[in-house]
Amino acid sequence: MSFNLDPKIPAGPLSEKWDKHKFEMKRVNPANKRKFTVIVVGTGLAGGSASATLAELGYNVLSFCIQDTPRRAHSIAAQGGINGAKNYPNDGDSVRNLFYDTIKGGDYRSREANVYRLAQVSNNIIDQMVSQGVPFAREYGGYLDNRSFGGAQVSRTFYARGQTGQQLLLGAYSGMMKMVAKGKIKQFTRREMMDLVVINGKARGIIVKNLITGELERYAADAVLLCTGGYGNVFYLSTNAQHSNVTAAWRCYKRGAGFANPCFTQIHPTCIPVHGDYQSKLTLMSESLRNDGRVWVPKKKGDTRKPADIPEEERDYYLERIYPSFGNLAPRDVSSRQAKFRCDEGHGVGPTKQAVYLDFRDAIKRDGKEVIAARYGNLFEMYERITADNPYNTPMMIFPAVHYTMGGLWVDYNLQSTVPGLHVLGEANFSDHGANRLGASALMQGLADGYFVAPYTISNYLASTPLEKVTVDDNAFKDAEQAVKLQTSKLLGIKGSRTATEFHRTLGHYMWDYVGMSRSEKGLKTALDGIRKLKEEFWSDLKLNGDTSDYNLELHRAARVADFIELGELMALDALERRESCGGHFREEFQTADNEAKRDDENFTHAAVWEYTGSNSSPVRHKEELVFENVKLATRSYK
Amino acid sequence: MATTNNMTLNLKIWRQKNQTSEGKLVDYRVENVSPDMSFLEMIDVLNDQLVRKGEDTVAFDHDCREGICGMCSMMINGKAHGGFKNTTTCQVHMRLYKDGDTVVIEPFRAKAFPIVKDLTVDRGAIDKVMAAGGFITANTGNAPDANAMLIPKPVADEAMDAAACIGCGACVASCPNGSGMLFMGAKVSQLALLPQGQPESPKRALNMVYTHDTLGFGNCTTHAECEATCPKGISIEHIARMNREYLKAAFTYHEKNRSEGAG
Repeated sequence: MSFNLDPKIPAGPLSEKWDKHKFEMKRVNPANKRKFTVIVVGTGLAGGSASATLAELGYNVLSFCIQDTPRRAHSIAAQGGINGAKNYPNDGDSVRNLFYDTIKGGDYRSREANVYRLAQVSNNIIDQMVSQGVPFAREYGGYLDNRSFGGAQVSRTFYARGQTGQQLLLGAYSGMMKMVAKGKIKQFTRREMMDLVVINGKARGIIVKNLITGELERYAADAVLLCTGGYGNVFYLSTNAQHSNVTAAWRCYKRGAGFANPCFTQIHPTCIPVHGDYQSKLTLMSESLRNDGRVWVPKKKGDTRKPADIPEEERDYYLERIYPSFGNLAPRDVSSRQAKFRCDEGHGVGPTKQAVYLDFRDAIKRDGKEVIAARYGNLFEMYERITADNPYNTPMMIFPAVHYTMGGLWVDYNLQSTVPGLHVLGEANFSDHGANRLGASALMQGLADGYFVAPYTISNYLASTPLEKVTVDDNAFKDAEQAVKLQTSKLLGIKGSRTATEFHRTLGHYMWDYVGMSRSEKGLKTALDGIRKLKEEFWSDLKLNGDTSDYNLELHRAARVADFIELGELMALDALERRESCGGHFREEFQTADNEAKRDDENFTHAAVWEYTGSNSSPVRHKEELVFENVKLATRSYK
Repeated sequence: MATTNNMTLNLKIWRQKNQTSEGKLVDYRVENVSPDMSFLEMIDVLNDQLVRKGEDTVAFDHDCREGICGMCSMMINGKAHGGFKNTTTCQVHMRLYKDGDTVVIEPFRAKAFPIVKDLTVDRGAIDKVMAAGGFITANTGNAPDANAMLIPKPVADEAMDAAACIGCGACVASCPNGSGMLFMGAKVSQLALLPQGQPESPKRALNMVYTHDTLGFGNCTTHAECEATCPKGISIEHIARMNREYLKAAFTYHEKNRSEGAG
C-alpha cells in the first residue's frame, strides 16, 4: 500500500480536538508569511474565502478561475440557505446537535472529527458574513431570521431570499477584491487547470490553459489549494453550471491524490423535470420550498386528470404518509428515492410521467398569497419562466436531478490530500457529508474550509515542511506541460465523426440509468462495459475542428469530456465494490423490507479511496476505516 | 409543456474572430426549435450544426443557465438579454418567439467591454471597480456576534434589493453613455444602507466613482435604460443614493486618504 491514509485526527475529546490542534500546529511568523506563495484554484465559497483569508494573513496568493470573473463561480447558484448552530430561534439547537444531524444525515459514512469541527465553526461563518455586509433575512426587530431544511427538526438555516449562495459568494468575492487591490492576490481569469506539478513528492505548481489564447501557462508555489467544486456534470444533465467539471481534480488524482467515495452522488428531489433531448441543464427548485409545499402523486395509476380535478382523498402525500415526523422535510436521498418509486409504480404525472407534484395550495390558503410570494416569489417566477406554468395556480411538477457530489479527493483532518502540499477544500474534497449531504450544508462547508480551517493548516504545512526552491523552468513543469500538449494534439488528430457533446450525452445516459438513484450489480457491470467501450470510441471517433491558437470552445469541452468518461468508469467501479446501501448510494440488493437503505456497518464503515496506477492497469481500492467514538451507529430513521 | 409545434428561426449573429479583427453579421437558419428550449439551447443547436459542418462555433459566455451567475450576455434584437422583464438571456425561452422570426444577436457593446470573440466580451472592468471599494474591510476573525448589530427589516430588504446585482453588465450595454453607474450604485447603496458599511462609506464612493471614470465607463444622464433592462430589476434610486454618498464624501472626506484601495 503506497497510500498514507492516516486521517491525522487529534487525540482527546471530540469537542476539544480542534482547539488543541490549533494550539499544537506550527505558525509562520507574520514577517515571514510574505515569503510564501500559495496557489488557489477556484473562486467559489471555498476558494474565494481561502484566497481572501490567506492574503489577509500576508501570503502571496495566485487565484485562478475558469469564468471571466471570480464572482461567477457556481456557489452563486445555491438558493436556500446556510446552516449555523446559533440557536437564535431557541429551539434547542447546539453544535452537538448540528454535528449529530450531519453525521446521521450522511448515513454514518463521514469522519466524526471533521464534522464536529464544521459544526463548531458554523457560527463564526454567520458572524463573518454579516460583518462583510451580507444582507441576510431579518425579523422586524432587526434580528436574523431562520428557516428549516431537510433532515433537521430545528430552524438553523440563515438565508437571503432565494439567493443565499449569491450573497455569500459576493461576500467572499468582495473580500478577495479587497486583497486584489492591495496586491496580495494576483487574479487569473478564464484559466483552466490542466495539471498538477509535483516535485520531490510535494505539490509545487500547476499548468493552466488560458482559455482565450489556448496557450499553456506554468505557475509555481509553495502549496496548492484545489477548490474546484464537484463533478455532477459527469451525468451530462445536472443542476451544475456548464463549466463545472472534474478535470482539475482528475489530473490531481492521476498525480497521486486519492479519490474517495466517487460514487457518493446527491440526487436532489426538487428539480424541474427533463423535457427534451436538446436540454443542457436541469434547474433546481430550492429545498426551502418543502417548508410549505406538499409533495404528492395521484393514488390512481396513470391518472391523467388535471391536479385541481383530483380530490383530496385520491391524493397520496407519500412523504407525510411514510415519514410522519419529518414529512415533506425528509432528507434529500430519501425524498428522491420515494419520488422514483412512485414514478416506477406508475403514479408519475406530466407528459413524461417522470414527475411528482409540489403543491402550495394549502399554504396559500393558510398564509395568503402575499406571504408565500414573500418567501418564494423569485423561485415561483423562475419556475414559470421555464415551464410557462404558474405555481400559485397549479402545483409545480418536480423530479430528482443530480445536484452535488459528496465524493471527492481524499483529505486528512488538515484538508491535505495524499499529495503533500495539495489541499482540497469545499465540494472538491470528500470529507464532511458522508453518503448524503443535508440541505444548507454545502455553503457551510465551503466557507468553513476556506475561512476557518485551511488558513491554519496551510500555515502549519508551510512552517513544518522543508521546501526547496523551485522555478517554472524545472523539468517537472516542462514534462507536465508537454503531457497536456500531447493530449491536445491527440484530440485534434482524431478527426472522427461524433461531437464531444454527443459522447458526453451518451455517458450521461449510462450514469443516470445505472449509476444514478438506484444501482444493481448487473446494471453497474453494464455501465462499466458501456463506458469502457465509449472511451475507445471517443479516442477514435471524436469530431473536433480548429487548433490551439484560438478561443476553441469545442477543444476545451472535449478535454473535459475525456476526463468525465474516465471518472464515470471509476464511479461505477466504486458503486459496484460498495456492497451495501447508504445515503444516496442505493444498491437494490441491499434494502430493508420497506425499501430503505440497508447499511453493512461490519464491512463498509470506511471511506473507499482509489489510487491511480496508470492508464493500462486497474485503480487500487484502499480503505480509511471510520471510527465512531461519540455517535452510536443506528439505522437512520425519519419516520 | 409542448414538444411539438417546432419553429424555424433566421438568425443574424455577430461574428468577430478576436478583439482586433473586423466583425460582421452572418446569417444562419435554425430549424426544429422547440418552444421549450432556452435561447442558449437554441444556439447550442446551431453550434452543433456548425461543428458537424467543420465550421467554427459561435463563442458566447454562459455558465449557470439559471439566471444568477451573470455570465450570459448578448444583445438580442437590440436589447440586452432580449429586453424581457427581469430575465437574463439564459432564462429567455423560445416560446417568446414565433415561427419564421428573424433574430439579431450581437455582443454587449461598450467602451469598457472590449470584444473577445463573437458574442464574448471582456467585463474585467467590473472587477476593477469592485476592487476600488466594493467591500467592507472585515478581515476573517474580526466579526462580532451576528445579532450584535440589529438591522431593521426594511433596511435589510432594501440592501438586499441592491445586492441582487449579478454583475452582468446589461446596464452598461444598454446605456447610451456606456455608464456603469447602476451596478456600481447598487454596490455603494447596499453597503451605505448597512451599519457595517459606514466606516468606509465616503472613501468607497469616491474611489469607486473615480476608478469607474478612468476605465472608460461614461457618466449617468438619467435615461434609465439600465433600470428597464436590468435582469434583477435594480432601481436607479441606487444611483441617486450613490450620488448623495459621493457628494457628501466630496465635501467632507480628506483628499490625502484617497489613493489607497484605488484599482
